[in-house]
Amino acid sequence: MTKAHLIEKLSEQAPTLSHRQAELVVNTLFDSIRDSLKNGEKTEIRGFGSFRLRIRQTKEGRNPKTGESVEVPEKRMPFFKAGKEIKELLNQENGIEKSS
Amino acid sequence: MRKADVANIICEKVGLSKTEAMDRVEDVLNILKTGLQRGEAIKIAGFGNFIVRSKGERKGRNPRTGEEIAITPRRVVTFRPSQLFKKHVNI
Repeated sequence: MTKAHLIEKLSEQAPTLSHRQAELVVNTLFDSIRDSLKNGEKTEIRGFGSFRLRIRQTKEGRNPKTGESVEVPEKRMPFFKAGKEIKELLNQENGIEKSS
Repeated sequence: MRKADVANIICEKVGLSKTEAMDRVEDVLNILKTGLQRGEAIKIAGFGNFIVRSKGERKGRNPRTGEEIAITPRRVVTFRPSQLFKKHVNI
């Protein structure tokens, strides 16, 4: 499913929205999550999951061409953790049980 | 930030009432969840990809008792942020 499919489906499900509005709803949703992490704030979407930052610490790397030692600076990585509801939703069929 | 905050931003940006914005957020989440449940990958340009992976049975330990237990096969969702998203949080 791509973003275009998602917008299409939202349009079908919510006939009160114009196609343009459906597009804006989807874009704004993902943009707002992205912006919250940019500001160092995590976002928790109940029933779906949470987005937060993981910090990759500085490490010593090497320039592969010269062998010279360089410091790789600290890096922030977006990280998603699926919520309980999703975990259960994905594992309720085929008799796959969730374990505690 | 929570779901209601996301709905508020949408309410302002799109010009919907708060209740309608909240309902549309739920719609989007339900579409995403249904897709994932079907095992579909979800690709959001500029944001990232949600991918469903199947994990086989493996052994684990009860961290409290040290007892060995089997971890049942299961499906998990992984998220791979797009280049743009990664760049966005490192500016």
